[in-house]
Amino acid sequence: MGEDEGRSAPERVPIEKVDDYIWKIPQYKEAMHVSGMIFANQALLEKMQTDRTLWQCANVAQLPGIYKHSITLPDGHEGYGFPIGGVAATDYTEGVISPGGVGYDINCGVRLLASNLTEQDIHSHLPALAETIFHNIPSGLGSRRKDLTISNSDLDRLTVEGVNFLIERGLGWAEDAENCEEQGCMINANPDMVSNTAKSRGLTQIGTLGSGNHFLEIQKVDKIFNSKTAKTFGITHEGQVMVMIHCGSRGYGHQVCSDYLRVMEHAVKKYNITVSDRELACAPGTSLEAHNYYQAMACAVNYAFVNRQAIMHWVRQSFQQVLKQDPEKLGLKLVYDVAHNIAKIENHDVDGKTKKVWVHRKGATRAFPSGHQDVPANYRSEGQPVLIPGSMGTSSWVLVGNQKAMDLTFGSTAHGAGRLLSRSAAKRKYWGGEIKTRLEKSGIVVRAASPTVLAEEADQAYKNVDVVANVSDQVGIATKVARLVPLSVIKG
Amino acid sequence: MSGKQFKGKFEFLEHTADVYVRVYGVSLCEAYENAALAMFETMTKTGKIAQMDEEVITVEAGDLCALLYNWLEALLVNSETKGMLYSKFQITDWTKTTDTIKITAHIWGEKFQPEKHVQKVAVKAVTYHRMIVIPEKEENAVLEFILDI
Repeated sequence: MGEDEGRSAPERVPIEKVDDYIWKIPQYKEAMHVSGMIFANQALLEKMQTDRTLWQCANVAQLPGIYKHSITLPDGHEGYGFPIGGVAATDYTEGVISPGGVGYDINCGVRLLASNLTEQDIHSHLPALAETIFHNIPSGLGSRRKDLTISNSDLDRLTVEGVNFLIERGLGWAEDAENCEEQGCMINANPDMVSNTAKSRGLTQIGTLGSGNHFLEIQKVDKIFNSKTAKTFGITHEGQVMVMIHCGSRGYGHQVCSDYLRVMEHAVKKYNITVSDRELACAPGTSLEAHNYYQAMACAVNYAFVNRQAIMHWVRQSFQQVLKQDPEKLGLKLVYDVAHNIAKIENHDVDGKTKKVWVHRKGATRAFPSGHQDVPANYRSEGQPVLIPGSMGTSSWVLVGNQKAMDLTFGSTAHGAGRLLSRSAAKRKYWGGEIKTRLEKSGIVVRAASPTVLAEEADQAYKNVDVVANVSDQVGIATKVARLVPLSVIKG
Repeated sequence: MSGKQFKGKFEFLEHTADVYVRVYGVSLCEAYENAALAMFETMTKTGKIAQMDEEVITVEAGDLCALLYNWLEALLVNSETKGMLYSKFQITDWTKTTDTIKITAHIWGEKFQPEKHVQKVAVKAVTYHRMIVIPEKEENAVLEFILDI
């Protein structure tokens, strides 16, 4: 037993080994429409067995209209309703859509920038860079940029227009949009489906990092595993300076989820759907409730794209400010921006037939293969970039989507390290100052709004992200391109 | 996270990813008040929040769990949209009808000031995950819930 001693799943969840990296939860309950499929090595699986991850995977298998399997990825851990690191695809008309399958932080995601610089170019400037970025990008409680004030109508427009809203106003480059999932703008966004409460939470938080596991890192390329694909992504050499931004849709998205959880609770009764967990509340794919949620969710997805776009713009400005070079020279091109919490309408092959489905990715990264029309044209020969952030101070990964993902995981792979220690256990073990000192001893420059968050986010509190990337690579759902390591960490 | 000053009011339980809280109260009213205090203690040190401004909020729900969810969410929304932190909560009315429970509460706090208030971690959302409301257990009301952070 681990951290959750005495508080693990309400029942023993049976597991069958398929191979070293694939495990199956048989349909051990009548209510399960499909089996569960876990992608993990033995150690990751054992960790999942200490909390409710597998039980939640089995609950998701009970959603009406679910296809093939309820999927848990190598970073899977206990969430709300769905496990985090979970994927479920349900039939577009016969199935359901569940806000719990997306989560509270809608389009929490990652954006990666590639510079023309190498580590030596910025080494002496690193403290100034970290300080400038920390100053320019609001993070932590109640922080905001006073020069980015938006009106209510601006907010509605940006949630419809996505990143182009900012690009047209000079916050970004024209080509930025192409290198985002959904080109940085999900269609179907309709702000009329978003409550005023969500809007009022979103109004003051646009362009803010937030706190918790969200971060911004200056990184360098540590090792390239696939040089052809890396080069296509703009990753050219080891030592190359990169910037990774990890955040989401802030209070706007959290409120959209919460509001529609209430709507879905009514829907469950109205349409006579049985769910085994209140957080799995859902509505039939063809219902008004489902479509209203999808339109509201799309607004939150776009909010998050815009949020990361604003932050990226200020990162570029910060580099210019400190290094006094023009942007062309610095590079800082957007490699990709990918969502980790999202529901999509996609077509997938199910038993030899193409089916239109609602794909829920909750703590999962889309991982489309080469040739797929939704992969940006300039990357289509290789496949979609997959960005997996590590925990604070450890490596992060760039992978590339593969056909295997279409066969096994509805075009998805893992999204991160996944926690190992509870936040309180991490704080008992470490304290913020100690973490900062240790990271700085290893040459990493740290700026954080809250020492508490530093201790809670200690790298030892997470599973090893290298193991997670390895399982994805071995199964072949997304394969290794490059490993990145931090030079500087900026946290809320 | 929980100091001695909160003994008997609430404690933080082990949970891998998020904040898991158990709250006590001699009545349900008191337990709901303490739940609010626990949420703000997650975000900052509530002892440093002056009880300067008073507000009145009303929350309604169909059952006790939904009431806890809606109550904490209403406070979270108030805090975020007004830039406020709260440290005193008094539920002055608790009315139960056949379909709903409605509470009215007076809350006290002040504007968030980064130089005065310690930043712990921002709460994203209240969840129903592992939520328990036990109205009376050895003459105590007990609540358990998880905050998504």
